[in-house]
Amino acid sequence: MLRFLVRRSLGALVILVIVSMVTYALFFAIPADPARLYCGKTCSPENLALIKHDMGFDKSWPVQYWDWLSAIFTGNSYNGVNCSAPCFGYSFDKKELVGSILADRFPTTLSLTIGSAVIFLLFGIGTGMLAAHKQGKALDKIASSASLVVSSMQIYVAGPLALVALCYSTDLLDLPNYVPITEDPVGWFTGLLVPWIVLSLIWTANYTRMTRSSMVEQLSEDYVRTARAKGMSGTSVFMRYAWRGAMGTIVTVFGIDLGVLLGGAIITETTFSLHGLGELAIHSFRDSDLSLLVGVTVVAATLIVFFNIIVDAAYALIDPRIRLA
Amino acid sequence: MTTPTGATTDGDTSRPGSTSDLADNASADAPADPGFRGLSPGKLMWRRFLRDRTGVVSACVVLFFVLVAILAPVISMIYGKDPQTHYGQNDPTLLTDSGLPVAPNGGMSGDFWFGLEPGLGRDVMMQLVYGIRTSLIIAVATSLLTTVIGVALGIAAGYLGGKADFFIGRVIDVLMSFPSQIFLIATMPVVTSLLVTPGEKIPEWLPFVAVTIVLSLLGWMGLARILRGTALALREREFIEAAKVTGAGPMRIIFKEILPNLWTPILVQATLALPAFVTAEAGLSYLGVGVSEPVPDWGRMIAGAADYLRTDVTFLLFPGIAMVIFVLAFNLLGDSVRDAFDPKANR
Repeated sequence: MLRFLVRRSLGALVILVIVSMVTYALFFAIPADPARLYCGKTCSPENLALIKHDMGFDKSWPVQYWDWLSAIFTGNSYNGVNCSAPCFGYSFDKKELVGSILADRFPTTLSLTIGSAVIFLLFGIGTGMLAAHKQGKALDKIASSASLVVSSMQIYVAGPLALVALCYSTDLLDLPNYVPITEDPVGWFTGLLVPWIVLSLIWTANYTRMTRSSMVEQLSEDYVRTARAKGMSGTSVFMRYAWRGAMGTIVTVFGIDLGVLLGGAIITETTFSLHGLGELAIHSFRDSDLSLLVGVTVVAATLIVFFNIIVDAAYALIDPRIRLA
Repeated sequence: MTTPTGATTDGDTSRPGSTSDLADNASADAPADPGFRGLSPGKLMWRRFLRDRTGVVSACVVLFFVLVAILAPVISMIYGKDPQTHYGQNDPTLLTDSGLPVAPNGGMSGDFWFGLEPGLGRDVMMQLVYGIRTSLIIAVATSLLTTVIGVALGIAAGYLGGKADFFIGRVIDVLMSFPSQIFLIATMPVVTSLLVTPGEKIPEWLPFVAVTIVLSLLGWMGLARILRGTALALREREFIEAAKVTGAGPMRIIFKEILPNLWTPILVQATLALPAFVTAEAGLSYLGVGVSEPVPDWGRMIAGAADYLRTDVTFLLFPGIAMVIFVLAFNLLGDSVRDAFDPKANR
């Protein structure tokens, strides 16, 4: 297990270096000139050169990339702002350290993810198991077709519709807004309820379909039939045999989804004007804020890679037949 | 072993989007008696598909959307409006001073069936009709491009093995770790700037090509992985060995022996990928980085409707509902195609 984790972590580091390098290279292929934007319209050539030098844009991109990479381990200082290791750079647009902006935005994305994950796991797996239990009956047909319709919905359609139905025309729920849970737990809950509902609605549908199909698959396995034949009760067969078999698939998919979601749900955050990582990504891109964009991308990629490793390790725990090589 | 040629031709003709072929096949199939005549796998698949009511209905819906997209200029002529004219601004009685349609429900009337776009006062129905064109052109082009890349790299990795397999595998690993949404957004201007020099007038085809390239960059890995696995398994089969012994070169083996056996997963994956590209394309323009004005686009219509949610939800309903129906029909069709090809697959 330890060898597996070490090996995979090293592989993950290589991937992260490549991802950040590609982001750097991509950014230098964009015709935007951040120094000019920063300098403003009335910008003398001397000023521009000075700003370029301050921002480090007078160097070639591999050199800049190297500076960025070494700052993570050794720290750096920007415009007199000290940035101790691990230092992820300085946003000249926001005049703040990238690390602190990310730390500032992450709780919003984390809250959005946790809340909706709880809802979609609970309802998705629950409905999927019920549907598999009543396979072919009315309940199964309703659940299956409903989840099919809902999974064809998109956040950018369902989100605005939910805003109209729940907030604008009826005042049933509060407008989406993020308050830290430490400040106001009730406000945190009510402010995120609508985004949670919308985000989890579509994911619930996906998890319902997935749970149902893997449960149905497991229930037709020989060992389930054997368990039934030897007189085991329906519930035990269902929960202890079939569910354990189906859990592997669900844990795998959930782990991967979690990594993606934690990296920032761009469309959801944009729709509900929540200031999480996803919204930060699109804004840093629009403002040509390279250091911030690289920061968000690397965080998002790290989460994806990290959860992939976790999933593989968890899979071995759930399914003893699998050996980590 | 099944006859590869039969699978190839029939697999090709039943691809969604080729409208005439659907009709051709139906009429050719009808008089065939259900006796003991041998049927090609393609024919068997087609029969299974025709028996699947959901599949046929969703195929009709998809066909309807495709027809609307193809016949958009004809519809525009009969209906008497085009997607670009600012009707609301030309006729002051249609829009209020704040830019909202005077008539209720988004300005729906006998003249403007689906209402008027607030602000510019363009016809919503024509925007919607031409919007299908935008999303279908991009989604079909992206599906074709990702299929070609996925097939080429998947077979190369699976059949050649060794270094090629290792290299392609690592590329897939890296691309899979990219936060895809962020990368779609970040690559858009790069691709655009590669295609035109700055300051040059942006040609009309550019947004289509740029979005297609960007979506394709991160869209081929799933298919490549599946095909790699299948090709890997096929490589060890006797008929490949037989071909090798008779002196067939690698190109012949790939194109004549392996590829015909991969049509089923390729076609199924392409049908399922298409709706995903439709929503991805709309998502990009929803975020304001996809196809830009004046090309009509559903994602941008939905984004525009967000400004008027408090006053009138109609602007959201038309593109929103159209999009859900379109994607749902495509998803159902994809499921049915898979069932028809692989009836044993337990879902």
